[in-house]
Amino acid sequence: MSVSKPLPHDAAPLHVTGQARYIDDIPVPANCLHLAFGLSTVAHADLRKVELSAVRSAPGVLAVMEAGDLPFANDVSPSAHDEPLLATGTVHYVGQPIFLVVADSHLSARKAARLGKIDYVEKPAILTVDDALAANSRFESGPIVWSKGDASGELKSAKNRLQGRIEMGGQEHFYLEGQAALAFPQEGGDMLVHSSTQHPTEIQHKVAEAIGVPMNAVRVETRRMGGGFGGKESQGNALAVACAVASRATGRPCKMRYDRDDDMVITGKRHDFRIDYDVGFDDEGRISAIEFLQYTRCGWALDLSIPVADRAMLHADNAYNLPAARIESHRLRTNTQSATAYRGFGGPQGMLGIERVLDHVAHAVSRDPYEVRKVNFYADAADRNSARRTPTQTTPYDMQVEDFVLNDLCEKLAKSADYQTRRQAVADWNAKNDILKKGIALTPVKFGISFTLTHLNQAGALVHVYQDGSIHLNHGGTEMGQGLFLKVAQVAATSFGVDLASVKITATDTAKVPNTSATAASSGSDLNGMAVKAACDTIKDRIVDFLGERYQTRDIRFADGLLYIGKESLTFAEAAKLAYENRVSLSATGFYKTPKIEWNRVKGKGRPFYYFAYGAAITECVIDTLTGENRILRVDILHDCGASLNPAIDIGQIEGAFVQGAGWLTTEELVWDNKGRLRTHAPSTYKIPACSDRPDIFNVALYEGQNREDTIYRSKAVGEPPFMLGISALMALSDAIASCGDGYPSLDAPATAERVLTTLNRIRS
Amino acid sequence: MGVQFLLNGETVRVEGETPTRTLLDWLRETRGLKGTKEGCNEGDCGACTVMVSDHNGSRAVNACILFLPQLHGKAVRTVEGISGPDDKMHPVQTAMVTHHGSQCGFCTPGFIVSMAVAHKNGRRDFNDQLAGNLCRCTGYAPIIRAAEAAAEERVPDWMADDLAALKAGQSGHVIPGSSDELAEWYAAHPDAVLVGGATDVGLWVTKRLDELEDVAFLAGVEDLKQIEIGADAIRIGACATVTDIAATIAPLHPGFAEMLRRYGSVQVRNAATIGGNIANGSPIGDSPPALIALGARLHLRKGDKRRDIAIEDFFIDYGKQDRAPGEFVEFVTIPRQADRLKCYKISKRFDQDISAVCGCISIAVADGIVTQARIAFGGMAGTPKRAKAAEAAIVGQPWTAETTRAAMAAMAKDYTPMSDMRASAEYRMQTAQALLMRYYLEDQGGPTNVLAVTA
Repeated sequence: MSVSKPLPHDAAPLHVTGQARYIDDIPVPANCLHLAFGLSTVAHADLRKVELSAVRSAPGVLAVMEAGDLPFANDVSPSAHDEPLLATGTVHYVGQPIFLVVADSHLSARKAARLGKIDYVEKPAILTVDDALAANSRFESGPIVWSKGDASGELKSAKNRLQGRIEMGGQEHFYLEGQAALAFPQEGGDMLVHSSTQHPTEIQHKVAEAIGVPMNAVRVETRRMGGGFGGKESQGNALAVACAVASRATGRPCKMRYDRDDDMVITGKRHDFRIDYDVGFDDEGRISAIEFLQYTRCGWALDLSIPVADRAMLHADNAYNLPAARIESHRLRTNTQSATAYRGFGGPQGMLGIERVLDHVAHAVSRDPYEVRKVNFYADAADRNSARRTPTQTTPYDMQVEDFVLNDLCEKLAKSADYQTRRQAVADWNAKNDILKKGIALTPVKFGISFTLTHLNQAGALVHVYQDGSIHLNHGGTEMGQGLFLKVAQVAATSFGVDLASVKITATDTAKVPNTSATAASSGSDLNGMAVKAACDTIKDRIVDFLGERYQTRDIRFADGLLYIGKESLTFAEAAKLAYENRVSLSATGFYKTPKIEWNRVKGKGRPFYYFAYGAAITECVIDTLTGENRILRVDILHDCGASLNPAIDIGQIEGAFVQGAGWLTTEELVWDNKGRLRTHAPSTYKIPACSDRPDIFNVALYEGQNREDTIYRSKAVGEPPFMLGISALMALSDAIASCGDGYPSLDAPATAERVLTTLNRIRS
Repeated sequence: MGVQFLLNGETVRVEGETPTRTLLDWLRETRGLKGTKEGCNEGDCGACTVMVSDHNGSRAVNACILFLPQLHGKAVRTVEGISGPDDKMHPVQTAMVTHHGSQCGFCTPGFIVSMAVAHKNGRRDFNDQLAGNLCRCTGYAPIIRAAEAAAEERVPDWMADDLAALKAGQSGHVIPGSSDELAEWYAAHPDAVLVGGATDVGLWVTKRLDELEDVAFLAGVEDLKQIEIGADAIRIGACATVTDIAATIAPLHPGFAEMLRRYGSVQVRNAATIGGNIANGSPIGDSPPALIALGARLHLRKGDKRRDIAIEDFFIDYGKQDRAPGEFVEFVTIPRQADRLKCYKISKRFDQDISAVCGCISIAVADGIVTQARIAFGGMAGTPKRAKAAEAAIVGQPWTAETTRAAMAAMAKDYTPMSDMRASAEYRMQTAQALLMRYYLEDQGGPTNVLAVTA
């Protein structure tokens, strides 16, 4: 059986030999044109005059387009129709596209795009949280508030109470393959678009609007992305639309790929957050009430900020049963890139808020933060075979927590990683070292699985069995390296009882499976795996009906590449051929929608998630108290993937997510200057983890168990949840700093060497 | 321009390209070899890594900031040439598949080439060998497992490039073959751009989109690549690469060599030359502070005229150096001395990052009294600069923590650093001062290096 095997990525042999094709590798005819945007250099201004004669006359330029030259919709927003492809009269951030250059080469287009002479009438720019609050610049009419119990009343009567604030930076996706699209004009005004996107259906939709055709005239194909991480959920729209519009205008194929600096300047990033907290607790650190104020800079356009900010609120409890809670969320409009989806989608920010609180409370009551976390955990779900019932316990948004495992999971992790002994060893080491100090921390993750916009929780698949027994597999999910195609192929191979090699994995294609959701929210294998299984089951049922009648038996099994029919057997290929010759349809669609989910996002009540995924990490680090330089020394992770569809793929996701999450909170710093210009717009200045930044000792294991909900082979989603294991790195650094003084560090993120030193200065003074 | 080199074992001659055409663009757009990827177009991510071999051996370099004329007479292998005949996989390719070393796959070709070069050269310091290859998916752990698994395998026969097969004919006059040729040509073209490793000039072309008219490539100036350790001085030719310098200097000044390890990735160190790092005058170049602390002298040449100056005197002001048009750095000399040098590089990331502060300190002590102090910093002023007030506060004093603290206080007179995206002025000053204390404590044998700590 293919499912649960640690098989290597299906495209690995292509990756390692350089044969795997990305958008810029697709062969194009010699007449293909290349595009680049001319960008705003100011953060907020009216455009008095856009003088493009030098652009038009630059070598290799065929056409230059401004907003007024666009034939139909000038909009690439995934949500609110507030994001023009090309600026219309006003620019809202440094990097906003103003005009589009169509040239005979990538380099000609880039060169020409810098020759625009724009006369700006500058307006005040709103750049920071404080700017936005002062100007009441926000999306929606006011803050969103969700609550459980009477938090403010309970705070007043709490035995102990403290307040604090954490600032956490955003994060650049830094997918290695930059944004890219390629459009081929077809007969009759139709358009074929290849896009590096997590959301082909949205590309199709936006392209159709932009070139004035129905969606059935646009086909979008995505074989793979060179990384996505949420950054290709909506940010590819502009390139695909630009290519389609230019193709329509010129009748020639058009390709656009952002140079890395342009990519970082133009596209949205993870939302940065400021979170203020006010918490009441007893002497053990047990929280009785909490109030959160969450502020986030959404940038200039709405994009996906509402569900992102919602998810931050939905993870304000993380793993902790909060008797009374009030969460207030401010979605601020600023003259910066429109912040967008990024792995965790607000969850990491909300979760870091509560993890900071737990760390702060533990400091206040002078207890091991892990002990304080434990007294606040939800109770573990009862064994389903036992008489014990899971206690009623609800999140601040009134969802029952039925599948909690973190008490057991953390205990197992603490044991395997020797947490108690090492915590003492760290203290002993620190007592002997004046300059270098170590820290250690255990943090848990509980992450909700499902799109919070409930209707997105659906998926389709298309499966063909050919008369030679080979299988063609297609579904609505996209491959960005996460191994989705392989997992889904394992589902199909298992379903038909054939070898994985019999299943041809094919590019995502809006003409094969329509109306798909973005491959996002960690939902890819949950949704598409089930849809594919449904399609396979349909075909199997037809074959069983046919063979059952022919052989007069209902005892038919698909296994080992064979069909066992009573005491006889056929190869799968023989069965397929026989079915074909007897006019049995061997092609089927499959469809799946997630059950049980229903909630009211305005009130913040209900069940937004089908289930939760869990994990925990222990990180040990060292800091230099002279310079703030710091390193992660050892990490131990135990993570819950349910019954893993592919343990190798899942462990790869966990290792990668941890390092990416730790990067968010340590070296990855986005810096804007006071003119709103992003100063860290290339890997020379924006530092994602390099090879030596991974932990020297890095133990990752999967928690034994299966999903209590009926997911595909009882597995759990894995894309986003382990990202938040990186929070343990920040808490370990905080622990190291705390050893240097009596005060609580209140360490903000990212904890660069400078921020660590500044924090040390504060607690030492 | 005519440039000839071996590409995956086959001789190619390139004609009619502009001299600043990058190897990456040429491979992908002209040659149709799409395996080598563009990730950043500035030499920071390694997705475009190729193997370049010459009589000195095989090295990994970034194709995105490598101009075609730099390859004249050399052999290039791309990821397509790392696989053998009949699509036989190289051991590192097989290991990357079986150890799950690729996810999205976009960085993978670059990793494969870096790994194959390390494998060919018998290197197992993988953290360092792969520091110039960024991966955003895997967290690197499976890649290292793959590299370790492949380490014992034989180097495949096809990885040997026969340079003799390359009949490198004459190239254009823009590729001088000796320092004399260069001197003559440059004196006649004083406004030309000299390209050593192109790790800086490359970005003028790929990012600033400069069109360079008059340009000379120094890849063939063999006599300026020499490094000689003499009885009185170490003489380093301006075209010596950072890789070669680090290897040669390690036994004499290990702190300098370790700093050069962190100067940039393997790919950058393999291309970057010390002459370029000095002559571009950057306030954050890493080699000048070390050379200043070692009391190095810079030897300049214009035509037949030569002169030498103390290296700190070369840096006059931000963007201004003591160099006449047509004059070039010929070599650097470092006086032989007992090693008292420590180099401290402060950056957001340990590897392949530009320094916020780079402090190089050499303090000689006799009978408990400081006899000499040379303290130089990058990132603290518009040029690499000595901390003369701090030096004055320390020389002649007993070598104690108290003296060190006095020097730290004096340093406030030496520098007025600025704030930028790498660090604030306050952090730079505090850290620069703290590095003096680190030097003192390290000299007393105390642990001060986070890179040396284990769990």
